[in-house]
Amino acid sequence: MIEAKDLHFTYPTGLEALKGINLTVDDGEFLAVMGQNGAGKTTLVKHFNGLLKPTKGEVLVDGVSTRDVSVAKLARNVGFVFQNPDHQLFSETVEDEIAFALKNFDFEEAVIEKQVEWALNLLDITQYRKTSPFMLSGGERKRVALASILAWDPQVIILDEPTIGQDHQQKEKLQQFILQLNAQKKTVVVVTHDVEFVAECNPRVILMSQGKILAEGMAEKLLTNPKLVAQASIVPPQITQIFLELADLGLPTDVIDVHEATKILLDRLRKKQ
Amino acid sequence: MSVFEGFKFRKVSSVVHNLDPRIKFFYVTVLFVLAILFTNLLALIVLFLVPLPFVFMARVNRQWLRSLRGAALLAIFIFATNILVGYFYPTSNTQIIHPVDTTTEFLILLEYASAMTLRFVVLIASFSVFFLTTSPDLLGLALQQSHIPYEFCFAFTTAVRFVPVLADEAQTIMDAQKARGLELESGNFLKRVKNYIPILIPLIVNAIRRSLELAEAMESRAWGASEKRTNLYTLKLKRSDYILILISVLMLIIAVYIRLYVPIPSLTALLSL
Repeated sequence: MIEAKDLHFTYPTGLEALKGINLTVDDGEFLAVMGQNGAGKTTLVKHFNGLLKPTKGEVLVDGVSTRDVSVAKLARNVGFVFQNPDHQLFSETVEDEIAFALKNFDFEEAVIEKQVEWALNLLDITQYRKTSPFMLSGGERKRVALASILAWDPQVIILDEPTIGQDHQQKEKLQQFILQLNAQKKTVVVVTHDVEFVAECNPRVILMSQGKILAEGMAEKLLTNPKLVAQASIVPPQITQIFLELADLGLPTDVIDVHEATKILLDRLRKKQ
Repeated sequence: MSVFEGFKFRKVSSVVHNLDPRIKFFYVTVLFVLAILFTNLLALIVLFLVPLPFVFMARVNRQWLRSLRGAALLAIFIFATNILVGYFYPTSNTQIIHPVDTTTEFLILLEYASAMTLRFVVLIASFSVFFLTTSPDLLGLALQQSHIPYEFCFAFTTAVRFVPVLADEAQTIMDAQKARGLELESGNFLKRVKNYIPILIPLIVNAIRRSLELAEAMESRAWGASEKRTNLYTLKLKRSDYILILISVLMLIIAVYIRLYVPIPSLTALLSL
């Protein structure tokens, strides 16, 4: 469980990025952090594995303050996948890249081999195991980065903008994958601008604006509130936009799911016939 | 990364910021020469104090201090090396008779090592003021007006401009690797050096990638299409510039005179009187 209590953070440059965040992320929960650029989303999640330490207030991971533990210790339980895979890839082969963290955490040689194999399989990159990560395409590099985190099987997985720069098919796969992780009782925290992605996963959402939490609740509640999303500088999912425009016909306005939308519209059409 | 912070230009309007970069560079070079000229602690203390009014006039004291703090580690290293080398291999510089056993001899050695360290600090301090108060644009303009080929000027200003970008990127990469359990501050000296490989490789690869992208972007905007470039602004010397030239030349003359004809007492000798 991750708890932020009256969390304030000011960068050395004087920029006040977080202004009193109170938040609890339960075990096995799926949370999406949304909001405009510079709202403090990444700053917030960087507190969850201790990369940043609170200026005021505190962050507790499983009851321990992040101030008292090193990043390396926290990272064992909290995996953080950075937005740009090029900020971490450095090894000669994909295999070595994935083994890097496992070696840092002093896993035994046999375990490392097994976990690398498992991670390669999980992300469907076994055929690249001997390839240099620099020779891969953007989407593949992203998968290698993801595999290098999942390899040590952390309980919490934080993903910063996982869908950026991915084609539709990759995004779809990634979405399935994230839902699958969550189904395995992993805690998943996603920082994203991608409303469609959030709409399809329907996690708990927190909307941030200027270093504060604007609102929190399930995606279908928050993303269908036009006032709220405007405040956070995002637009509602396309499905919701259609239903908002058709509100005069007496249709519900809190729809974000394509299947639900289809059902409502079909019912209507059938009734008319 | 605090060292970089101490060299990053910040737009402020002050007498020092508005000085001609060529003259400022001349002034810094004079300071540089003077620092090399003297090995005497007393002289170097004076040299350290000379640029202080300059720093206050430019209102960059905080950033300037940060550059000094960033240089502290290297300064300590220089100090320690000088003490050790001076102790075991006395040279004519220190005028210490081997072995160093009396208090006075040790004090002389201490003074010599402090002087060498302060010399380094003076160099850092003066160049830091120069870069803190000179915009890369003006610097490029100054180079061009000194009849240096445009290609070189452009390469130079681009390099200067990208230092803060690289510093930010290095920080992100460090975070990404720490999140994979890398402990930068652990192990013996060799291990610590090795710890930086996962930071340096992504940094270099990204820098090369970015430079290729930059080159393509420049060529697509017809870089180098015209033989003779004209500038919107030209640098012209103002009264304050002439004053600074005068100060610099006077400083140089006085210092050379003192160096040649006036013996400066050592602090140890002064104190023991």
